[in-house]
Amino acid sequence: MKIRVRSTKLGKVRFVGHRDMARIWDRTLRRLGIPVAFTQGFTPRPRIAFGLALPMGAESLAEYVDVEIDTHHVDGHDLDLDGLPVAWSELLPDGIDVTVVDVPDVPVESLQESVTSCTWELWSPEITGEDLAAAVALLDADELLVERERKRERRTDDIRPLLLDLRPDHTGHRLVAELATTGRALRPAELCTLAFPHVDPLDVRVLRTHQWTSHDDDRREVLPLPVSVAAPDREVGA
Amino acid sequence: MSSVWARIEPLLARVQKPARYIGCEDGAITPRHDEFGPAGPVAWLLAYPDTYEIGLPNQGLQILYEILNERDDAVAERTYAPWRDLDHLMRVNDVPLFSVESHRPAAEFDLLAFNLSAELVFTNLVNMIDLAGCPIHGADRAPGDPLVVIGGHAAFNPEPLADFVDAVVLGEGEEVVSEITEVVAAWKAEGRTDRETVLRHLSQVPGVYVPSMYEVRYDGPRIVAVEARYPDVPATVDKRTVADLGDWPYPKRPLAPLTEVVHDRLSVEVFRGCTRGCRFCQAGMITRPVRERPAEQVRTMVREGLRRTGYNEVSLTSLSTADFSDIEPVVHGILEDSASAPGSCGNTTINLPSLRVDAFTVGLADEVNNGRRSGLTFAPEAGSWRLRTVINKLITEDDLYGAVDSAFSQGWTRVKLYFLIGLPTETDADTLGIAELATRCAEIGRRHTGRASVTVSVGGFVPKPHTPFQWFGQNTAAELQRKIDLIRGATHKVKGVHVKWHDPEASVAEGIVSRGDRRLGRVIERVWRDGGTFQEWGEHFDLRRWTSALEAEGLSLEQYVYRHRTVDEVLPWAHLTAGLHQDFLWDDWQAALAESGVEDCRWTPCYDCGVCTGYGIEHVVASPVPPAGGSQGTGQDLERGGEVPVTLLARRTASEALGVGA
Ligand code: SF4
Repeated sequence: MKIRVRSTKLGKVRFVGHRDMARIWDRTLRRLGIPVAFTQGFTPRPRIAFGLALPMGAESLAEYVDVEIDTHHVDGHDLDLDGLPVAWSELLPDGIDVTVVDVPDVPVESLQESVTSCTWELWSPEITGEDLAAAVALLDADELLVERERKRERRTDDIRPLLLDLRPDHTGHRLVAELATTGRALRPAELCTLAFPHVDPLDVRVLRTHQWTSHDDDRREVLPLPVSVAAPDREVGA
Repeated sequence: MSSVWARIEPLLARVQKPARYIGCEDGAITPRHDEFGPAGPVAWLLAYPDTYEIGLPNQGLQILYEILNERDDAVAERTYAPWRDLDHLMRVNDVPLFSVESHRPAAEFDLLAFNLSAELVFTNLVNMIDLAGCPIHGADRAPGDPLVVIGGHAAFNPEPLADFVDAVVLGEGEEVVSEITEVVAAWKAEGRTDRETVLRHLSQVPGVYVPSMYEVRYDGPRIVAVEARYPDVPATVDKRTVADLGDWPYPKRPLAPLTEVVHDRLSVEVFRGCTRGCRFCQAGMITRPVRERPAEQVRTMVREGLRRTGYNEVSLTSLSTADFSDIEPVVHGILEDSASAPGSCGNTTINLPSLRVDAFTVGLADEVNNGRRSGLTFAPEAGSWRLRTVINKLITEDDLYGAVDSAFSQGWTRVKLYFLIGLPTETDADTLGIAELATRCAEIGRRHTGRASVTVSVGGFVPKPHTPFQWFGQNTAAELQRKIDLIRGATHKVKGVHVKWHDPEASVAEGIVSRGDRRLGRVIERVWRDGGTFQEWGEHFDLRRWTSALEAEGLSLEQYVYRHRTVDEVLPWAHLTAGLHQDFLWDDWQAALAESGVEDCRWTPCYDCGVCTGYGIEHVVASPVPPAGGSQGTGQDLERGGEVPVTLLARRTASEALGVGA
């Protein structure tokens, strides 16, 4: 039985890397007493699949994990799915909260394959309203050639098709960007270099707010939040 | 009283592995923010002077962290040595050393208490005091500065650190941290006027040594005497020992970190102390007598610890875990519990570090490894029976070959053998014996598998205080290197044998401070000022920093490392004791030179080393007889002593509770 989980990553835990996050999920599942199915083979691995890695230092309102539960050891009906978000959040570190648990009724594509774009918020005390306007104007270009390095290989790419949307948020302090994740995806830090050349990308805070899948023209959020949550001004206290 | 998190945060985006600075571990105790300050409880900052990855699993620190936080009059947070990238950024941006829980500056705590498990971290200790914004020399500190305290095994000779620390705890900390808290609380209540007052009071707490209350007199290079400066300051400071480990079931809330650390699993201490009597082993000598934890408590701590942390692996720790009387029933009990725990699918792995060298132990390892065959480690320590009688590590060749044979026959393909070189009376025949043992082990392995591999790990012996070898002159780096080359030469054509070795120059640096005196404080300071932090990390170690610092201070390697000490010499730690009589240590040193072994006094008569008799404590063990299997230290034709001081745990009850026959 597969469950799909949406969670946050806010505050101090933004410095926990992707691999360490996997260990945290693994331990928390055991603490919850939810047996995870294992892969077959010589070195069995827990069948936990993570979505697109979040860059180190970025926060998120939309992280996803798929977990295959071992139904030999527990009956799926015995799981208190409604209580799970709260029970799970209590065991997770501060800043990581489970917001949605879903049991897909039809087999779903893997997160890595199905997500086509993400929405991000970018901000820094050094970024002014004018900077934001200039950033949004990147959308007017027909072509944006950027030299990028992937796997030790330098290439010049036109990243304009990857910029699906750019706009200021309602406070006027943050840039909201929807970036395609297909092919040679554009990283938030790469967008920063382009949009705010005078700011060190390491000083720009990054928050992932949504992950989207699209089929033809139908764009959907992987798991929408039950109640609409405005883009947060919230930061987990130090 | 404020968090410096907002100033740390921008730096963390620029350093390696930033997760090690955020805290947030499962089991971490959120400090009571409102209660800091002059009127608040005594605030301890427990520090480990190495990286977070190495320091976090440290059990001593975790135990004291909980005991202090359980008190109404104390709070405790933790800190670890920032790696060099963050250290640099902190200095450039004027960010002080901080705690990982509330990210408070270290200088806002009342005590900065370091756990020292090795000597090469001493420069990190100085660095962390400096990063805290505190004067590095105790003499320069103001009443408002934290009290710098050290403890742990490497604090048993604190003399090289005398300039930098205010107080030293000898031995086990469970009880004494509370007594220190009370002294500091009283000092705070009186308005925290001068440091002399609180230090004088601390010097009267049993187990606490305050270096500034003692005067060292020299005659040239030699120490003439170490004397207390006041009549109410004890002439000799004795270590602290808890009588019964069963009274201290800590940690109850083990820390599970958010980022990978060196021992990334639950640890439960099954006993403390070891009386096998290995003469090179400081840990064994200074932690006597043996105190076992009741088997039932071990099982409960494992079950609860796994449930709390979500780990699926546990280490049963001690200096020699196969010697735990109830090891078999405990192992079976843990496996039973984990099979019935929800969500576990019964796949808990039990880790048994510090295994004995015998077939019984391999059988045990086979039961607990959950199908994983990552490699087994044995420590024969010396290459010949003769030399093993000198060091009193009484393993016969049959023990070793039996252990190795059962390991390979049960499916292991890799065996690691630990040896020391540079031991007293060692000849090239002993050194070459290492190569012979390894060769023979590889042959045994090949009978079972074509992939058999034997790794020989060789470390240079560094004589330690409070051991029978404290008088022995350490081998030079060149001599250690020559011995390494002998072993390499004798094995390089042997199929399946690999040799690894510890840098002999690092052994020399360790030797400088291990048996050093107060004059080494200036050497440590020079090495630190020269950038010599993280000295146990090969990439940052350079012996030349140490030798040129010695030279600048008019001191020599010969004096501190290479020369043999004489019986009439006043050793720098002569006024500090782990309870072992100096006569006992000297006689045991002479017995070593005469190649005469001693038995394990937990099962055979006492030879009056002084610990139990002097402190009125006893061994606490569940079994009055040696465990099954192996001749190590038992069954030999050895000299006998007198009656054994021993308390037997109510074992029958424990075994019944475990549901396994005793
Ligand atoms: S006093 Fe006797 S029984 Fe106790 S540790 Fe020493 S030798 Fe062993």
